[in-house]
Amino acid sequence: MLTYTIRRLLLAIPTLLFIGLCIFLLLDLAPGDPTAQLPLTIPPEVKQEIRESLGLGQPVHIRFWKWLVQFIWVEPLNMFDYFFGTAFSEGWPRIISWQSRSPVMDIVVQRIPQTLWVVGMSYVVGVLIALPIGIISAYRQYSVFDQVGTFVSMIGYSVPPFFTGVLVIVIFSVQLGWLPSIYDTTHSVVDWETFVFQLKQMVMPVMVLALQTTAQISRFMRASMLDNLNQDYVRTARAKGLSEQVVVLVHVLRNSMIPVVTVIALGVPAVFGGAIITEQIFKVNGIGQLLITAIQANDLPMVQTLTFIFAILIVLFNLIADVLYGVLDPRIRYD
Amino acid sequence: MKYTTALLGAVSAFGIATMAFGAAHEGPRGRDGDVKIIYWQAPSIMNPYLSGGTKELEAASLVIEPLARYDQDGNLMPWLAESVPTVENGGVNADGTQITWVLKEGLVWSDGSPVTSEDVKFSWEYCTAEGGGCAQAEKYLDVTAVDTPDDRTVVVTFGVGKPFPYGPFVGAQAPIIQKAQFADCLGPKAPECTDANFNPIGTGPFTVTEFRPNDVITLAANENYREEGKPAFATVTFKGGGDATAAGRSVLETGEFDYAWNLQLAPDVIAQMEAAGKGMTVSAFGTSVERIMVNQTNPDPALGDERATAAHPHPFLTDIAVRQALSMAIDRALLTEIGYGPAGTPTCNVLPAPAIYASMANDGCLVQDIAGANALLDGAGIVDTDGDGVREKDGVPLKLLYQTSTNAVRQDYQALIKQWWSEIGVETELRNISASVFFGSDPGSPDTFQKFFADVEMYTNNFDGTDPEAYMANWTCDQAPRPETQWQGNNMPRYCDAAYDDLAAQMAQTSGLEARAALAKQMNDMLMQNYIMLPLTHRGRVSAHSNTLGGVVLNVWDSELWNIADWYRADG
Amino acid sequence: MTDQTTQAQAQAYEDRPPRNQWLDVWDQFKTHKGALVGLAFFIFIILGVTIGPLIWTIDATYIDIRARNEGPSLAHPFGTDQLGRDTLARMIAGGQTSIAVGLTAMALALFLGTLIGVTAGFSKKLDGPLMRFTDLFLALPLLPLLLVIIMLFRDRLRATFGPEEGIFILIVVVIGITSWMNTARIVRGDVLALKEREFVLAARSIGTPARRMVTRHILPNVMSPIMVSATLGIANAIITESALSFLGLGFPSDFPTWGRLLFDATDWLQQHPERVMWPGLAISLTVLSVNYIGDGLRDALDPRIRGR
Repeated sequence: MLTYTIRRLLLAIPTLLFIGLCIFLLLDLAPGDPTAQLPLTIPPEVKQEIRESLGLGQPVHIRFWKWLVQFIWVEPLNMFDYFFGTAFSEGWPRIISWQSRSPVMDIVVQRIPQTLWVVGMSYVVGVLIALPIGIISAYRQYSVFDQVGTFVSMIGYSVPPFFTGVLVIVIFSVQLGWLPSIYDTTHSVVDWETFVFQLKQMVMPVMVLALQTTAQISRFMRASMLDNLNQDYVRTARAKGLSEQVVVLVHVLRNSMIPVVTVIALGVPAVFGGAIITEQIFKVNGIGQLLITAIQANDLPMVQTLTFIFAILIVLFNLIADVLYGVLDPRIRYD
Repeated sequence: MKYTTALLGAVSAFGIATMAFGAAHEGPRGRDGDVKIIYWQAPSIMNPYLSGGTKELEAASLVIEPLARYDQDGNLMPWLAESVPTVENGGVNADGTQITWVLKEGLVWSDGSPVTSEDVKFSWEYCTAEGGGCAQAEKYLDVTAVDTPDDRTVVVTFGVGKPFPYGPFVGAQAPIIQKAQFADCLGPKAPECTDANFNPIGTGPFTVTEFRPNDVITLAANENYREEGKPAFATVTFKGGGDATAAGRSVLETGEFDYAWNLQLAPDVIAQMEAAGKGMTVSAFGTSVERIMVNQTNPDPALGDERATAAHPHPFLTDIAVRQALSMAIDRALLTEIGYGPAGTPTCNVLPAPAIYASMANDGCLVQDIAGANALLDGAGIVDTDGDGVREKDGVPLKLLYQTSTNAVRQDYQALIKQWWSEIGVETELRNISASVFFGSDPGSPDTFQKFFADVEMYTNNFDGTDPEAYMANWTCDQAPRPETQWQGNNMPRYCDAAYDDLAAQMAQTSGLEARAALAKQMNDMLMQNYIMLPLTHRGRVSAHSNTLGGVVLNVWDSELWNIADWYRADG
Repeated sequence: MTDQTTQAQAQAYEDRPPRNQWLDVWDQFKTHKGALVGLAFFIFIILGVTIGPLIWTIDATYIDIRARNEGPSLAHPFGTDQLGRDTLARMIAGGQTSIAVGLTAMALALFLGTLIGVTAGFSKKLDGPLMRFTDLFLALPLLPLLLVIIMLFRDRLRATFGPEEGIFILIVVVIGITSWMNTARIVRGDVLALKEREFVLAARSIGTPARRMVTRHILPNVMSPIMVSATLGIANAIITESALSFLGLGFPSDFPTWGRLLFDATDWLQQHPERVMWPGLAISLTVLSVNYIGDGLRDALDPRIRGR
């Protein structure tokens, strides 16, 4: 398994380079213009000059090469400098956002806290709720618990966050006045009261997002458990006199985890990608909002960098999922 | 309705009311704590020379200021300058090639250093530096030199006579930046000065404490601000992001914020929010007009590269009877009522304001006349020959592709207009395009408003400040977007009339407000009576503030936050 | 399912002459109450949107401006929208599009996902390339991808198939090719585990050809994650379609779909809550009914349950 992991990690490098190139070409081909959001009163000649000052006049391969060098060499150097106070990166131009004319990575780092607080937390909450629901629903198939669980998760999944978000704001912020409708990204937790405030401003976006995660993962968990509960090995285990708890939570669960692990692993990079609509509704301004504003403003360096980080995470977590398959079911061999 | 009364109050009496009671709200600087402002589009930079977006201009106007700016009525008023130079007071020379500004006495930057004429000159050098991509270069067009005879005097020289010399250093688009801070940021180096771009040193009432691009800006009162006891607020929290509905809700319904910018929402939705009683809306009218452009060239995809160029005139929209019938079938009053409510008025002019330029000659279009439109088309011999309910002209059926940007109000407009046009035997296919593509000028995309690969298209346009010269010059022949210009240009309908070009040239040389107004009206009437554009609604700006925020005077000619120094906390 | 019915069934099964497998499946399906209700509701919706326009003849795009913002009444049982268009008519017209898009896009995504997932899981040689291909698709930013697709294909499809059919094909294909990746990864994971199971090894040892192996042994055993993907996929496709119309990729703006009706009504949540309710309910109940049908099918297709 170790050699497999190492081989896959090495293989990931050309894969990522290829993905990076594909993204770059796609973004280059996509219609869009960094000056599209400027008022119409700015004349076309001035817009042309702005585009040229952004380096858009250069050919594609040169722009890709520049970006690649900046991403895999200059930015890590900068990080090194930041932590150890060195100055290796002096004189190297960093990846600059076209919107704010400031280094892309600085903004990304600025957005990580609220993204993790809200999107990350919602994922953890969603998974933690979904697993027990899925297990109980399958174990007690067609019980009241299962029926209610199915109903709620299906409604939860089919009603999109652009609606549920607004609905909870209208109920809890406008009508009841309990929770703030706008997330304060400058808020820092220092004592109990600020912690309570942080909880209050998190609860709505976290719940709206967790609803989607829960619905999805609990369905896969339930289906997979149901498949396994009828297998012969379960009967054997019971016949051996193992307690019901051990049978369900050790034998069946372990064998049912493969699709669930896949889904969870697919979801983790999405946490970094942020939740575009939910962030927008609650003004969380995390990475999702950063990405969508960058796309709308056609801020290519920002979009390219974000999607590339996203791609790295996807490749990484899919690798983790593959390794976990082997752990969960030792019969799976890749060598 | 509460909304209407509040608006009427806001439009007519608000300015006067605040001035009258202003005296009661005096005290030490920073006495009123924090004011929270929400813009549903988030500013990404504090330097208007590097980004011409409205959100950036307005955020920056808290910190950096011009020599003169427009007040809420569109009049120029001195800001950092002692007075507005005119020909009468000798500040502008007779042929309009030179304008002399004098800075107020004792002006200092927020870091305590004095503001000098060198800073003013530097602002011009900064924007015109090679390779900087300055978004406001148009403001400094034709400036050949900026001289500084002494510390407070600035002489701007133009290469040609400017009947209206108030481009440079006027309005939120062209503020004065500090030379000491930006000296190393000229031209291609401009983006490297992140600190300066995020935290410019200014003369305005506030200074930046923390700038988070596309998220939130925190500002604190400028200790060196030139007026004693102002600003009343010690800090400003300027939050960005979300959508207009949420911004309106946070001010009018939950009271979390004090001021929400530009609420482009259906009038019923705003009225409902206002009913919560936490805040009120203010509105004012600038020069924005929602209009339909009528393509004079043929956008048929079969024409390949010559699509939508002057080489192929449009098969039926070149007939004035068709264009006039399209205009007559539209009920502008109803559209406006549904889409904008009190924040819009139906209009028949592309140049509806300032009042001196507004023509009255075309107001007949305000009344919908479907029978008349049908009669007109019948009379022109454009009738339905094959019984499918769609008229034909020379065998070509009157089928239109009607495109606009994605926006709830615009889609309602499209649906209504489609129905009216169907009543005069014109079939319409609707298309909406994401705003970032539609308003982009990517020559590779077929969906930009310049390429205009459709028969009619709808959007809003306006002009900066109060002088319409550049705006009216948009519809001259050489402004038509075409492949040779990489599809750049402002003349979307590809209208081309030598008589109109002559008028535009004449206006560039005419001084004197009366004469210029007469010319502008004449050009407007020419466009209107040829039905090259079908103006629909003169759009106002609606913003909202909480009941506890006093001193707000909505200004559509300049930054909305132009008088934030006068804002104060009122008793709810 | 109680023991009694199982026994009775087993009894009946033994007494009967050999019969078609699909009839057995249907017999089993019938015993699943949820599935029957789901199926009935789904048929009701399908009939509603196909025959509905013949009974409720108001044009979904007709604007009666005097009747705008009305509540439910005899003339307009579901009320009217902000332009006075009849909501019932719009729900019916919207349902046609949403269901058609939902089902076909889901089917396309499932087909691609299952094909790629099974191939990758089953064949060691293709596993690497196919999964890297999946990673690529997962990483591509959706919005620019959509814009490129519109730019390249919209006019061509419009010219070939006409404005509505052309856009329908475009939307279905776009949703299909951007949502197969999860299914592919999930199916592959299951197949990796399945192909080491005893019955597969047994089948292989008696020389079952690969194609038969997949259709007879592998596919039936990955049905349950596929069914879940199908259910989630329909909801996803209906919502994604509404998002597309904002990019100008979707249907023209006056062309109603459930997702669009829901989005438009969200602004009016406080004034006219019933307007969000109709499309919201329609989407949820459709997805719910598909989910129950899926549950019933899964049980019915599982020989371990059916045979008992």
